[in-house]
Amino acid sequence: MGKKMSKTEDLIRTYETRLAEIEARLARVEGGPAPTAQSRKPRQTGGLRLGVDVGGTFTDLILLDESRGKVWSAKVPSTPADSSVGVLNGIEKICREAGIKPSEISEVMHGTTVATNTVLTGSGARVGLVTTKGYRDTLQIARSFVPGGLGGWVIWNKSLPLARLEDTIEADERLDSKGNTLVALDETALRRDLKKLRDRGIEALTISLFNGYVSGKHEDRVAAIAAEVMPGIPVSTSSNVMPEMYEYERTETTVVNSYVRPIVAKYIANLQRELKAKMGDVMLQILRSDGGLSSAQAAMDQPVNLLMSGPAGGVSGALWIAKNAGFANLLTFDMGGTSTDVALIEKGVARTRRETRVADVTVRAPSIDVRTVGAGGGSIAYVPDLTKALRVGPKSAGAVPGPAAYDKGGDTATVTDANVVLGYLPSDAKLGGDMVIRRDLAVNAVQKIADSLSVSLETAAEGIVRIVNENMCGALRLVSVEQGYDPRDFALIGFGGAGPLHANALSRLVNAWPCIIPPGPGVLCAYGDATTRLRNEASQTYVTATTATNDKDIGRMLRDLADRASGDLEGEGVPRSEQETRYQVDIRYQGQGMKLTIDSTPEGFARDGVAGIAKRFDAEHEQLFTFALDAPHELVGLRAVVQGAEKPFIGRDYGSGGKDSSAAVVQDTRIYADADWHKAKIYDRSRLKSGNRIAGPAIVTEMDATSLILPGHTGIVDKVGTILIWPNGHDKLR
Amino acid sequence: MPAKIIQTNQTPFKRVKVDPITLDIVENALRNARAEMDAVLFRTAMSPGIREQHDAFPMIANEQGKMVVGQFGSFLYGFMQGYGGTIEEGDIFLTNDPYSCEGAVSHLNDWLLMMPIFHDGRLVSWSAMFGHMTDVGGKVPGSLPTDAKMIYEEGLIIPPTKIYRKGELQTEIFNILLANTRMPDWNKSDFFAIIASLRLAERRVRENIQRFGVDNYISAMQDMLDRNKTAMSAIIKMFIPEGRTKASHFEDWIDDDGQGNGPFKIACTMWREGDLAIFDFDGSDPQSNSSINFLLNEEMFKMFFGAFTINLFDPQILFNDGFYDLVDVRIPAGCILKPKKPAALSCRTHMLGRIFDLMGGLLGQGAPDALNAAGFSDSPHFMYSGFDRDGKWFQLFQIGFGGVPGRPAGDGPDGHSMWPAFTNVPNEFLEAYFPLRIRTYATIPDSGGAGLHRGGNGITIAYEMLEAGEISIHDDRWLTYPWGVNGGEPGLRSTKRLVRKDGSEENIPSKCDRVKVGPGDMLHFNTWGGGGWGDPFKRDPALVLADVERHLATEDGARRYGVVIEDGRLDLPATEKLRVRMADKRGDTQLFDRGFENLRELKARSKRETGFDAPKDPEFVQVRTAAE
Repeated sequence: MGKKMSKTEDLIRTYETRLAEIEARLARVEGGPAPTAQSRKPRQTGGLRLGVDVGGTFTDLILLDESRGKVWSAKVPSTPADSSVGVLNGIEKICREAGIKPSEISEVMHGTTVATNTVLTGSGARVGLVTTKGYRDTLQIARSFVPGGLGGWVIWNKSLPLARLEDTIEADERLDSKGNTLVALDETALRRDLKKLRDRGIEALTISLFNGYVSGKHEDRVAAIAAEVMPGIPVSTSSNVMPEMYEYERTETTVVNSYVRPIVAKYIANLQRELKAKMGDVMLQILRSDGGLSSAQAAMDQPVNLLMSGPAGGVSGALWIAKNAGFANLLTFDMGGTSTDVALIEKGVARTRRETRVADVTVRAPSIDVRTVGAGGGSIAYVPDLTKALRVGPKSAGAVPGPAAYDKGGDTATVTDANVVLGYLPSDAKLGGDMVIRRDLAVNAVQKIADSLSVSLETAAEGIVRIVNENMCGALRLVSVEQGYDPRDFALIGFGGAGPLHANALSRLVNAWPCIIPPGPGVLCAYGDATTRLRNEASQTYVTATTATNDKDIGRMLRDLADRASGDLEGEGVPRSEQETRYQVDIRYQGQGMKLTIDSTPEGFARDGVAGIAKRFDAEHEQLFTFALDAPHELVGLRAVVQGAEKPFIGRDYGSGGKDSSAAVVQDTRIYADADWHKAKIYDRSRLKSGNRIAGPAIVTEMDATSLILPGHTGIVDKVGTILIWPNGHDKLR
Repeated sequence: MPAKIIQTNQTPFKRVKVDPITLDIVENALRNARAEMDAVLFRTAMSPGIREQHDAFPMIANEQGKMVVGQFGSFLYGFMQGYGGTIEEGDIFLTNDPYSCEGAVSHLNDWLLMMPIFHDGRLVSWSAMFGHMTDVGGKVPGSLPTDAKMIYEEGLIIPPTKIYRKGELQTEIFNILLANTRMPDWNKSDFFAIIASLRLAERRVRENIQRFGVDNYISAMQDMLDRNKTAMSAIIKMFIPEGRTKASHFEDWIDDDGQGNGPFKIACTMWREGDLAIFDFDGSDPQSNSSINFLLNEEMFKMFFGAFTINLFDPQILFNDGFYDLVDVRIPAGCILKPKKPAALSCRTHMLGRIFDLMGGLLGQGAPDALNAAGFSDSPHFMYSGFDRDGKWFQLFQIGFGGVPGRPAGDGPDGHSMWPAFTNVPNEFLEAYFPLRIRTYATIPDSGGAGLHRGGNGITIAYEMLEAGEISIHDDRWLTYPWGVNGGEPGLRSTKRLVRKDGSEENIPSKCDRVKVGPGDMLHFNTWGGGGWGDPFKRDPALVLADVERHLATEDGARRYGVVIEDGRLDLPATEKLRVRMADKRGDTQLFDRGFENLRELKARSKRETGFDAPKDPEFVQVRTAAE
């Protein structure tokens, strides 16, 4: 990976960093300094791991000490202008609390939204694009798709391509669909046009040639010429970033890579430099969209793989918590201010898909199958005059003006305001943080909705919450039932700022029990970052009928891929002895457009071969779509995924107590649920002990989140402080 | 005689009062279900038409067959009235016969599957979907013969048939269907993909009933229908002039019938009598003796009308059949929109598309600010088939895209679809699976009509054939123009040019079948642009310059805006002068600019401008009826 990418200003520094990484790894393995490292201090411990998640408002950190089985967390304000400042502040704080020196930290694992935000805010690089002659409009035409129903075109305005058409040139060359040259590259014309592009002031270059998924030979040549014509401009080639069929998707993906690359590379390089200055030879790793970790260098070369880095941290964190709580099948429910991410984890493995979406940008990069709905605490409720229906979202009040209850100038009703009216977010209890909640303002806002609907204040508020829950339920369905899974076989884990408030209701809607509220639901992403394994993969498109293949050839190709991925991972510091290899085969019925990815171990493939893969495809096809065909199969792609060793679990000690949780009660309150007011209690989470039971209706507060336990439900605190909510009468409560 | 519904549970449903929140939740749940139906279909279908281009339309209806979620309105009520047999749990019905479902599907390629959903012994809902099959037999590959005189030439006709009976596929019937298509594997897989979608809808409906109770569910659907009625009633009053004397009238044409006759006119007059909106198609041409007839289902037209207007007020609403009583659609029998069996129907796509231009022109007259120009009102087809050098049959059916018109909202996108959900077929996919090379896939500069908001450009596709075979083309707007509005100019027409391997060239007519091609021949398929919206002289010259820099317009084309650009440089003083001169010459802007005075004048310049003789004025024969 990355060897065909152009040099960036950081390459040399990175080379040194990489050396340092390998030395650091050696040092840990051998328990002492590497022979060549002179400045290295001897390490007292097996190495401390730090997870860092940078969010829009807060930067969360988790410090894990494997050898002593200890964990610390810290939360500091984010510094959007330069996120690394916040990270360093956080590191200072967490080290102080843990009583350690920064230099004792050996690994920093980081989930970042830098790539995502660059796309969302349109602040990426000016990208030049080289296409094949005849294809300059690939991004302009896209897939010709217009969103909306009949007449959707009346109101839809297409946004400009991320590589502008005026910064697009055509190379006179052509490959056929087998990779043979039909037209040789006209280098003279290309040089001339590249110079024009350079003079227009592009900041990054994408090369995406037609049929480039079959062979990168022309793209590589164009890249070599570009390196001469415009040294210093980072170049991304489609055959390197995403060698898959479909010219629009491949071009878009590669352009997005170029678009975010200078900013991501600069951020990571900065962070790495600062970390090194503070911590010495620390290894920085970045969480990828697919839940794996990549080295800082790989992240800088292919930042398109980081677009879901943030949510992936949440899913990894959920996995980590749930595993400890004894649940391997999980629906994750991460609800924030403007959007909610949901994903499905089966048998401890998150489902992934080879597509990532950020706003209206869709790229073919592997990511955890996270579905995002535009519904969160800030979603605005409104009632259209004509239909008198209650609508919630997708518009959000955002951070400014925010929900009415936050008293920052907002006066339209949001989901948060409804939660305040219903008593779920108590305004009278002292909550963690400085956030003031004004119930009177929330009431004013929600009353307007109530008046439009001619219903009571409480009915309107509960309606808003129920509708937003229904929207999120739709997303949960997409990841579960639509994929052939029954949500009743899953537990649901709620986190993010608003997740713990809505999780119980969602569990009830889809019948997924228990409802799991992790400790520190607001810092779960950082947990995930700290506990993720290093991962690498190598793949190739290989569209061939299964009848035209044999196990020997396919087995050899998979082994070669595994070798490549494994070598790269070794280069990133994971010795082969600690690696675990999985094969993935993309397969479909001949003629289908979709494909399913079938996983196999190398041993499994050696035993069952291609026929075994086809058989499992039929079974999965039937599970997903209710039918299988007796049609011939076709391989689409081969992939080898190599992972580093699994991290051991470390939890905080929550002491143990009896069932009685009254010691943690802060005060009495009342909440409105299921069309009635109920007496309820507010609990302080930090005072809950393992084994405690909390009878709903109840509200549990902690520094960064508020959890709601509905009437008719009971929460049990487990040994690491996770709250498991069950419906009363459930076997698990007896 | 209406169909007999066999229910083991005779308890009538109770109409209960559904609280407004529950109603909105049921609405969301059904919306999600429909999205899931699409997702399942697109992932499992095999034909590029459905799989890549999404030529299929799902629906969920209430127990009476009224559509509560979907796109084209319900044909189920009509089906239940007309079907002579029983409707039982486990049945799934299949038809493709436009004449036995009043045009719910409008040509034989569309297979319509309808499934009654039962719960606890009672019929509670329907799910239905139709999808375009690449081939259903008939005289030409693709089953869309331009020269068909009767529907029997267009493929196998399937009257409403229980293809599943008590949950069992009627294999022998199914085999008859598959035996009559050139692409049985695709049909089979597309068929099962649709079935999978219907079953998914069934599961969702049953889950909803479990959640809310059957009476709540049934009543909620009725409430959703009523809600649409209330909303549409207000919209009708807003948009439609009261009284016959204030009626709006509009007409448009499709250019020819592929047999040298044309143009064919469709006309509509619209007015309101109290709450009732009336659309009268009197004045439309009689049915054609070719396959361009379009059996327009009245309910479907109501849906088109409603969908276009209600989006402006509550885009999140689940649009449904509820307002049908408020609209009266009058289509004279025997006209080109209501042909009689056995008139051929396969190439109805042009008329179907043109209906949207017609409706836009009709509704927009009363509200010029909301008026859109004429757009890519068609789904032109390219078909290529034959035996490759290994003797293997190949067959491609592909839909092309063109310019979305200039609109009040902004410029029309270039080369995009005006049908919901449609997408193009990736060219790398075509090259990997068909004996084709796509040498060019680009927008055509200046093809969008000039305007304050310009029309979207059409697309030029250069298909290089690698095997001997035959191609068919179904296209339109080669003679009439996609019109501009409010001062906007018309977009460019469509053209097709075939460049043979030996260097000889010929223009290919807009509608043709069985054109022989050989390896190395290149077809340049150029679709039309959208019309422009608003005065082009008011467009910001910087935007015109940007279009030129983006190769979406040329320096010559910039002159249509009165903008002077030379060697890539904008000359503002010259632009101002030119604009004054051009505006003087033009005078006031017109509401519609069709690009011609009248058909006679248009025909007179046909040969010179298009290379083709003008089509002959159609001669209409007395309507014939089938021997039944």
